Amino acid sequence: MAASYATRAEQYFEDRRQENRKRLLRVLIGSLVLAIYPILDQAFGWDQLGQWIPIFVFVILAMGLNIVVGYAGLLDLGYVAFFVIGAYGNAFLTSPNSWFVQQGWIPNWLQSFWPAMAVSWILAAIFGVILGAPTLRLRGDYLAIVTLGFGEIVPDFFTNAATVTNGPQGIGQIAKPPSIPLPGDREIAFNTVNQANWFWLVLAVGILSIFMITRLYDSRLGRAWQAIREDEIAAASMGINTVSTKLWAFALGASFSGFAGSLYAGYVRIVYPDQFQFSVSIIILAMVILGGIGNIYGVIAGSLIIGSFDRILATELTRPLNWAGERITWPPLQWLGDWMATHNVNSDRFLIFGLALVLIMLLRPGGLFPSSRRAAELSGDDDVGDDDDDTLYETRTDDTKLAGGSAT
Amino acid sequence: MDFEWTLFFQFMIIGLATGSLIALIALGYTLVYGIIELINFAHGEVFMMGAFFASTVVVLTGVTSDSSTGAIVAVLLLTLAASMIFSGVLNAGIDKLAYSRLRNAPRLAPLIAAIGMSFILQNVAIYWKGPNPFTAPDLIPREFRTYNVLQEWPLLRDWFADSTLRLRLLDVMVIGVTIPLLLILSWFVYRTQIGTAMRATAQDREAAALMGIDINRTIGVAFLIGGSLAGAAGMVALFYNNSGRFQMGFTYGLFAFTAAVLGGIGNLGGAVLGGFLIGLIWSYSDGFMGTYISGWGSQWTNSVIFGILILVLVFRPSGLLGQSVPDKV
Repeated sequence: MAASYATRAEQYFEDRRQENRKRLLRVLIGSLVLAIYPILDQAFGWDQLGQWIPIFVFVILAMGLNIVVGYAGLLDLGYVAFFVIGAYGNAFLTSPNSWFVQQGWIPNWLQSFWPAMAVSWILAAIFGVILGAPTLRLRGDYLAIVTLGFGEIVPDFFTNAATVTNGPQGIGQIAKPPSIPLPGDREIAFNTVNQANWFWLVLAVGILSIFMITRLYDSRLGRAWQAIREDEIAAASMGINTVSTKLWAFALGASFSGFAGSLYAGYVRIVYPDQFQFSVSIIILAMVILGGIGNIYGVIAGSLIIGSFDRILATELTRPLNWAGERITWPPLQWLGDWMATHNVNSDRFLIFGLALVLIMLLRPGGLFPSSRRAAELSGDDDVGDDDDDTLYETRTDDTKLAGGSAT
Repeated sequence: MDFEWTLFFQFMIIGLATGSLIALIALGYTLVYGIIELINFAHGEVFMMGAFFASTVVVLTGVTSDSSTGAIVAVLLLTLAASMIFSGVLNAGIDKLAYSRLRNAPRLAPLIAAIGMSFILQNVAIYWKGPNPFTAPDLIPREFRTYNVLQEWPLLRDWFADSTLRLRLLDVMVIGVTIPLLLILSWFVYRTQIGTAMRATAQDREAAALMGIDINRTIGVAFLIGGSLAGAAGMVALFYNNSGRFQMGFTYGLFAFTAAVLGGIGNLGGAVLGGFLIGLIWSYSDGFMGTYISGWGSQWTNSVIFGILILVLVFRPSGLLGQSVPDKV
């Protein structure tokens, strides 16, 4: 029996590897399709590249939050804090207006985009640990509120500590990535006019993130996260150090936010605290939950849906709504016509995000594209405290290969 | 610089008045958390809706500050009752609609639903009164708002003759609404049958159910009461601050939650204590600290209060008055 378990386990991981290879191939094909977009955009004059680049940054953010919320099951309501730290990290290091640069504390080699991005990345991870270390012993919902508090304090700090951060006006003239020289006299530049280059750069960073995160998910650490999420006490009994495992989740989740923030700062070239309100944390959370907590491809889909709604569709939908409103001339419906003619869908964005969160929780708690593991967890009526046997059974049955149900 | 006692007591008065509002809201968090262990994230918005409803009711009655005193008092009481009923029913309705279906889901599911609800309510509020702050309806006469009890009441006038300390009737009103409500609540929770059922459900839901307690009804009642306290706080806050905004629930709600945690969540006395403490910290940080620390002002208040929240949760997660409960296996 023991030997057969070992072979089954091996088979299981072999299957996983193949599945991952297949998925990675699909991601690459999908990315190639996306990579054509800037050419179409410019050819047809859609002029939406400036919207898609921030959306891609949010996709990276959502993937990072997914590590914390989806993989490790820790609800983080202040994820924006690390985004702020990443963005300001880049600004502090590279902007000539930065207080640190003016003090002459930043060596010259650090005052450019890529080294600053690496530093911001590490900085965000360190702050993840600083926040995580004292708070991770807390139960899930307390943790949510502490992170929320942190997410409020950090932008507040950047608003108020005006000597260093220039207050609400923020810091401008952040370094952009250096141009890449090409043979001949050409180069790949990252100026405001080179939107297509930015698009490809962010896309490449996104693909790299997907690769790193899928590798993480299948690593020993990734499996420890899932074990903790499913049953912390059982995981601890199996010898997983829950505190350090959770800390890693926080640090790695924060680090993705950090380099996304740094990238974003390099793109918009100015950071100010109002960009980073609580609602940003909620948008990212909605992306993760809509797509499917724990399933990175679901999260990507969810963030593309919400991001495109947030930045493109809401604006685009306003026009047909106004158009239709102007066509309603039937007197009993005049009020509706008037409302529709002047209404701006942009102001409803948060209403729709709120509705999405509630409806997803009620109707499809695993999200639109749930991960199979997570779906089994969420659908099991596991009232914490009494029928734990049931939970155990539920989570096992979906991994039939290990549980032995339909073993080959 | 000398310690300015007048200023110190002045901000204490403001802090106690604000604190009593926070205590009312914090009770709603604590009641619900005590029973179903849900942080009702939308509770601050229920408070805000109470303020909005109060404003609408006052406008509907048509009574203004020029009306007779009797009419103004009657409308104030009517508005208080109306806001309480509205917010109570709203809170219980949200529970029925969303949270009650997630009772057996993992803990984070109802919390996420509550966050969604809070956004929905904020946007409903924007449709209701627009995104900009609005002033409270003109109901409380200006003399009343500025009436300084310490200088105008015969007995107190002699004692505070040379003092610039001000205790406005408005401050008295806030505390005067809060204290009776707290007494009624404690009578309700400790002396009535349904209150006993609530405490039993909080201790052990299954055992309470086996004793014949209708769990869903009890939880519904907890939401109803918590919501109506928030409604009362909303109505009072509207007139106390003389303004309302769709975002007012966010700050008050988070501060009230901090108060509930500070006092020991699930503990009614703790919520009240925490409410007053947070109110005092709020007012001292807003006004008093600035005279001693240059550059200190209301902009740091959020950081101070969230800092306290984090410190309490880290060093004494059970709060000042709470008992630590081990995680259920």
